Amino acid sequence: MLNDPKNYSENIKPFQPRIPYAANCVRAFLSGGLICLAGQFMETFYIHFFHFTKQSAGNPTVATLILLAALMTGIGVYDKIARFAGAGSIVPVTGFANSITSAALEHKSEGIVLGIATNLFSLAGEVIVFGVVSAAVLGIIRLFIEQFF
Amino acid sequence: MSKLRKQTWRFDHPIYLASTGTVVGPLESRGPLSGSFDKEYGALDCGEKNWTEAERALMRRAISFCLAKAGKKEGDMDLFLAGDLMDQTVTSNFIARENRIPFIGMFGACSTSMETLAAGAQLVDSGYADNVLCAVSSHNATAERQFRYPTEYGGPMNLTQTFTVTGAGAAIVTKEPGKVRVAEATIGRVIDWGIGDANNMGSAMAPAAADTIWTHFQDTGRKPEDYDLIVTGDLSSVGSPILKQLLFEKGLDIGKIHQDCGLMIYSPDQPVNAGGSGCACSAVVTYGYLFKRLAEGSLRRVFVVATGALLNSATPKQKDTIPCVAHGVVLESAKEEKK
Repeated sequence: MLNDPKNYSENIKPFQPRIPYAANCVRAFLSGGLICLAGQFMETFYIHFFHFTKQSAGNPTVATLILLAALMTGIGVYDKIARFAGAGSIVPVTGFANSITSAALEHKSEGIVLGIATNLFSLAGEVIVFGVVSAAVLGIIRLFIEQFF
Repeated sequence: MSKLRKQTWRFDHPIYLASTGTVVGPLESRGPLSGSFDKEYGALDCGEKNWTEAERALMRRAISFCLAKAGKKEGDMDLFLAGDLMDQTVTSNFIARENRIPFIGMFGACSTSMETLAAGAQLVDSGYADNVLCAVSSHNATAERQFRYPTEYGGPMNLTQTFTVTGAGAAIVTKEPGKVRVAEATIGRVIDWGIGDANNMGSAMAPAAADTIWTHFQDTGRKPEDYDLIVTGDLSSVGSPILKQLLFEKGLDIGKIHQDCGLMIYSPDQPVNAGGSGCACSAVVTYGYLFKRLAEGSLRRVFVVATGALLNSATPKQKDTIPCVAHGVVLESAKEEKK
């Protein structure tokens, strides 16, 4: 009986589309992996041709990925890739770049200060907050472990 | 004007739609109803410099088509009833600034299309206005920006999520005989059966649509067979089966005559998840496709039930559930039936 306001959200479950978790995972794995593979190529490229060390090559690699993702956002391609890739294009650093660039584009019409600058991190802010907080917590834990053990 | 029981108005005078105007965006123009609209924009920005102005261009254009087809000017209109999904319904307000017609802004989320039409017909019937211009608009990018994410953000998609239709619809309501009659209107109650997921509007709004349709049949004493079509606004592929089941359980079988504007406007292979939504969804389908069918007489009587989810972007995050409403209008063909 669907005409039951109290248990409606429970009773409509058979009417909801099934989420293809397995297919989503495969897509995310393949597309996210492909982005990482591209990053690996870049890193090798920087080590090989520009004499970066394995440690220092990460910086230009990440910068290149961010630049490419920002460009792809600007020409309106990244969100179309994301439609297929799902988490595969959100989790890597390219997803972070997309969230910042798309917010900047969206709020450009409101001006540079109150539009772009204010809203630039409206989506990425959560990543920064939780990144910083968890790094601080882990830092403290590490400090204690090193002091006492 | 007669009131049938509590929620339905049956207009005393014959009230007509003098003309309609519809414009849509690029994705809608590639859908199955392409060709039934007056103007199909090839780009989402409609040649304007930002999304807000693009939506305004949609409404402005729909109104100009509507006025031109009726051979009327802004000055001939006694009232302008309009609404949209933007905060403070700015699209409608700014259009009212341009056309200088006495203005009542209305908001019923995606049900605004039938809300303005019902109110317009009522005001013409009761003699407070001779010509009322009704208009609504929605734009995918302005709605995404306000309710979800920036346009170019590659955010997660949900299968129950709907896609806001880019477009605008306008209609002139008058007593002057035309091809399509506005016969009755059923004003909906706000219903909330506890769905809080803003990405599942179809499930949230189905009980509101069911309540309005059920009440309409109670009030008028009609049967589903008396209608060629019962069209809901934007219940999508998720909410439509729920609506049919809700009514079927109460002994009302609308399975054969029910359609949903959100499913009519896009083809299944278009990337819109569960279907279309937005004020313009029901407006462009009704004022475009259905108006043509009614005017030529291939549909005799249609009950359009526009559904609206009355939330803003903060309420779902604050764990509030979604109040929903559905307003229905009965449109009839004024063309003589062939005997």
